[in-house]
Parts: sequence; structure tokens; C-alpha cells
Amino acid sequence: MFELTGKTALVTGATGGLGAQIARALHNQGAKVVLSGTREAVLNDLAAELGEGAFVAACNLSDAAEVDGLIAKAEAAAGSPLDILVANAGITKDGLILRMKDEDWEAVIKVNLESYFRLSRAAVKGMMKRRHGRIIGITSVVGVMGNPGQTNYAASKAGMIGFSKALAQEVASRNITVNCIAPGFIASPMTDVLNEQQRDGILSKIPAGALGEGTDIAAAAVYLASNEAGYVTGQTLHVNGGMVMI
Amino acid sequence: MSEVLERVRKIVIDHLDADPDKVTEKASFIDDLEADSLDIVELVMAFEEEFDIEIPDDSAEHILTVGDAVNYIQEKLSA
Repeated sequence: MFELTGKTALVTGATGGLGAQIARALHNQGAKVVLSGTREAVLNDLAAELGEGAFVAACNLSDAAEVDGLIAKAEAAAGSPLDILVANAGITKDGLILRMKDEDWEAVIKVNLESYFRLSRAAVKGMMKRRHGRIIGITSVVGVMGNPGQTNYAASKAGMIGFSKALAQEVASRNITVNCIAPGFIASPMTDVLNEQQRDGILSKIPAGALGEGTDIAAAAVYLASNEAGYVTGQTLHVNGGMVMI
Repeated sequence: MSEVLERVRKIVIDHLDADPDKVTEKASFIDDLEADSLDIVELVMAFEEEFDIEIPDDSAEHILTVGDAVNYIQEKLSA
């Protein structure tokens, strides 16, 4: 089950904790993985850790031209066409709306949402020809429930969900699925900066009583990337310890 | 047969996996060749690539048959 041998995957934001976990899990199931991010040294280290079948294709997701070229770059690096796109990269530029600068809004929408559109557009072209593909957007529980101070981030993540539903309908007949994974609170550098009070506040709202781990998200990504998940499309898989039930 | 027609036919036959005998100038992509809207988009993109031209959406809407495609491409190439 969930065997990915012979498949090629691209994971953006692979320099982050979550992206690295997703890349590891896909690789572990036999997929070739292309690691993308801005910090090439970190990507190279991860590629070295994974060994055979791991490749690096650096990309700055706030540069539209670079994003448009990333799928081709990844396929060239792996030497095979792309089967699985995991759009995991994301940034936050938090602030209450009255203090939110235009740049903060634009940067978050550009990196989180616009790059998802650009990568999907480029990926779908080849996937349609090959009659197979898996597109997975890593969104957030915040895109569904909102969070003060994150109007830009919540909008970008909710946007990914809507985008995925529309694209899923466009390409379903070509055996391409488009789904999102919405992590709840996952232990990461982003949650490490929370103070104890904030942390307790969050935990009190999670029935499972713990933060999630990157591997919880990675397992969901493996499932959605697999042949077995071929009948699942346009969905958002919530992995949040029961914090929000939709 | 014109060279453009031959190249268009080849793309259509390859892409739609269509019976070559059915791919005549009069053949409608949707009614005769069982193409869906995504196929049409893919065909238009393949024509653009093959002939190194741009086919705007409002022109693509009027390309309903193989002959329409050939005429449009010939006009573009001679312009």
C-alpha cells in the first residue's frame, strides 16, 4: 500500500521542518524527490541525507519567472517527468489589519497562493498528457477557522483550498487529483517561538492534548500522493488532533 | 492536401487517439472526434507550439472543426 516507487515528486519549502518530513516520507515510499527552497545549502544537506533519488532545485517563490520555470527545472534535475507536486512552502507576515502593510499582504499572497497557481499550471500540462498526477497543497487550519493577526495568511490558505477545488474539477477526467492538507498546530520553529501561556492556550483547544508532529502531515501526504487515493479529489484533509472538525 | 492540414491532422490524431479516416477538414472536434473542453485547450496549445503562433482565447472559441484550425493557422502564418 502507498508504494511510490517509480514516481517523481517535487516538494517546495523543503528547507523547513515540515517540508523535509514530507520529502523524507515520500522518498521512504520509493519516490524520487526534488527538494526546493531558497537555502541551497540546507537542500543539499537534506539531499545528501536521503541519498539516491534525491535532487535539489532551488527556487525563490516570490519571483514569478523562477516559479514558472521550477517544474521544468525539477524534471531536469530528476531526469523524469513529475507525478507529484507538494506545494508546501509558506511564509507568515503577521500583524493586525490596521498595522498591516501592503507589502506584508502582497508577499504572503504571492508566496503562499500565487506560487501554488503558477506551479500547478505548469505541472498540470505534463500530467494531463500522461493522464496521471497528484497535486497536494499544504494549507492550514487557519484558512478554515481564521486567526487574529493573520488576515493575509488565512486568506492565502483559504485561497489554496478554493483553488484546489476548482482545479480538481478541471482535471479530474485526466486522472489528476488535487487535494489540500490542513495541519493544525504542528511542532515546528513557528510554534517553538510561542511562550508557555500561548502554548497552554493552544493545547487546551486540542482534544488530542498535544501538538502534531511533521510526520503526521507527511503520512497524509504519502496517502494523497499514492495510487490508492485516486478517488479522493478536491478535498482538504484536516490533521489537527481534533482541534477543528469540519 | 496542404502542409498545414497534414500537421494539424497529425496533432489531432495523436492527441485524441482518433481514427485517421475520421479526421477530415469537416470533422468537429467535439461532435465527431469526441473531444472534451480540456482536449480543445490542449489541442490549441499543441497548435501554438507546432506553428509557433499565439491563438488568443476569443479566436480559439471559433475553432470548432479541423478545417477551422487549418484556416486560422494559415491566416496567421501568412499575416
